[in-house]
Amino acid sequence: MSKKHEVASREPLIRMSKRDGIPTWKSIGVRLIGLALALIVCAVIIYSLTKLNPLKVYAAMFKGTFGTNKRVWVTIRDIVMLLCIAVGLAPAFKMRFWNIGAEGQILVGGIAAAACMIYLGKSLPSFALIVVMFFGSMVAGGIWGTIPAVFKARWNANETLFTLMMNYVAIQLTSFFVAKWENPFGSNTVGVINQMTKAGWFPPVFGQMYTLNVIIVAVLTVAMFLYLRYSKHGYEIAVVGESENTARYAAINVKTVIKRTMAVSGAICGIAGFIAVAGASHTISTSTAGGRGFTAIIVAWLAKFNTFTMIAISALIVFLEKGAIEIASQFDLNDFVSEMITGIILFFILGSEFFINYKIRFRGGKKEAGK
Amino acid sequence: MTQVISLIQAAIVFGTVILFGAVGEILAEKSGNLNLGVPGVMYLGGIAGLAAAFFYEGNTVNPIPIVSLILTLAAAFLVAMLGGLIYSFLTITLRANQNVTGLTLTVFGGGVANLFGGTLNKMAGGVGQISVAMTSGAFRTTIPALSGLGIVGQILFSYGFMAYLAVILAFLVSWVLNKTSVGLNLRAVGENPATADAAGISVTKYKYLATCIGAGISGFGGLYYTMDYIKGTWSTDGSIEKLGWLAVALVIFATWKPKRSIWGAYLFGALFWLFFYIPGLTRSSQEIFKMLPYLVTLLVLVMVALRKKREDQPPHSLGVAYFREER
Repeated sequence: MSKKHEVASREPLIRMSKRDGIPTWKSIGVRLIGLALALIVCAVIIYSLTKLNPLKVYAAMFKGTFGTNKRVWVTIRDIVMLLCIAVGLAPAFKMRFWNIGAEGQILVGGIAAAACMIYLGKSLPSFALIVVMFFGSMVAGGIWGTIPAVFKARWNANETLFTLMMNYVAIQLTSFFVAKWENPFGSNTVGVINQMTKAGWFPPVFGQMYTLNVIIVAVLTVAMFLYLRYSKHGYEIAVVGESENTARYAAINVKTVIKRTMAVSGAICGIAGFIAVAGASHTISTSTAGGRGFTAIIVAWLAKFNTFTMIAISALIVFLEKGAIEIASQFDLNDFVSEMITGIILFFILGSEFFINYKIRFRGGKKEAGK
Repeated sequence: MTQVISLIQAAIVFGTVILFGAVGEILAEKSGNLNLGVPGVMYLGGIAGLAAAFFYEGNTVNPIPIVSLILTLAAAFLVAMLGGLIYSFLTITLRANQNVTGLTLTVFGGGVANLFGGTLNKMAGGVGQISVAMTSGAFRTTIPALSGLGIVGQILFSYGFMAYLAVILAFLVSWVLNKTSVGLNLRAVGENPATADAAGISVTKYKYLATCIGAGISGFGGLYYTMDYIKGTWSTDGSIEKLGWLAVALVIFATWKPKRSIWGAYLFGALFWLFFYIPGLTRSSQEIFKMLPYLVTLLVLVMVALRKKREDQPPHSLGVAYFREER
């Protein structure tokens, strides 16, 4: 009896409980601390690899990203690309539908865009061609995204694994078309499509190559924000995400919402593929998506589905990638250092989420009043 | 006939890589942790083993194959486990989202492995390609008496020891999961952690151990790939990542059963190499053939969902973090 009492009164060293809410300044503070810790860890690793002053390395990273006007624009191009995919993922994730398939949806969108450029490049005027490409990519991505949604809605097939597998089907499909369209023969690449006519390429706007990329993605970002926050669809997505049973009770047709939302999600990822082909590389290959479909998942999740927060996180990740590639070339490492650094920083940001959602108390610490 | 034999051999060698990955992942998923970091963990295992062999061969006057073998195996297992530990700490202790953490681990593992792999290639100098011929040779040694037994020898005994280790591990994990009380507890944790917790099972401990040991086993997949499949070299072409995702696919194909993953792995290997043995394929139609493993996995995924057989379903709490005070 006495032993039992003793066990009950012993408090564990650390106790945690869920927070009800946290002021914004505090949550930003926690994230910044996480980021700072990550940069310190990276600095230690950079120092042990290169024996260089990490501060100088970070300065070099900054220069590599924003050093010249051209670099700034390439950086912006990459940021909006990542942002576009993350915006596409936002509605699916808000619905708690794990769309890991962005990579594949981008690729099929890219294939559709490239197909239009190749087969219609001579017969359509450039403006009409770009419009056709836009809708072609959107539909292709939308269909690719709807397939797993149909199986989820109808038979409850696990969407994480389904969308993951769809990526690899899409990658093989891309390889198929690359081999089919290869130019010059034997190179195993498609080469730059319509190099002479520039049919289907984004025209420069205000003297800049990538203005159109920015405009399209900016419109999508704002539209998605409004869609999720103020439209009826957005409300339905939120309810389905919180609890399917509640949604059913509120007479929301869960199956329709799942299919519709994934069509939207896939369509925007398809548009990202269109931007990648028409607005950046002007070719198609299995690296058109280049892992950004996966990186965008992390962006969308960390931003908690807020499309404006995604801008900041995309910018951070692209900055890290560019910067790390810059150090790699300056200090004779290879480019993969960027993946390592990105990984470390994301680990810390993911870890810092805990301190935003949970409160920890140590044994012997101040007792809270009334508890 | 020789073509059939060579397809079977290619399938088994290929299958062994993903079999390790899948067996490790099954162990982790049975505890409710969907570790999408398998490719990253395989990368870590591969590079750790290669680095260990490289430094042992380079710094020892008379390197002994068996010592090198043990060193590489230990290094691969431990480093892959460290990858699993990062994942476990973030998802189990800090309750981070499993999908996102797993994907980050894949990015991180690939980055670390290719960074050091590239560096090793540079350190090896000369042709710019690292090669640990001796250790790789030890990995590739076959059983002398049995591998000469004609067709049977070619099909069954023409592989390095790790091909058999993979099968043994699959049986071992299957036995632990299904026949021991530890396995019963582990499955309880994966199905319903709250109930397991109420029954006095330490959810945290089981999740940590299953995920870390699982990661170690998956790491062997990367090691087998570097040491046996590509003969003790390193290339930064991202092929381990593709194999890692195939291992994740195999887990689904095998419906979370280690024994079923054995023949599943060889089937995937055969499907993957099938294009090589079908005459008259153009290069583009070969690519369509390489879709087969993924399409078959999708089919299985749909079948499992359709048939709703209880024992084929994923662990019930798969992908969900457990917090005791939240019911």
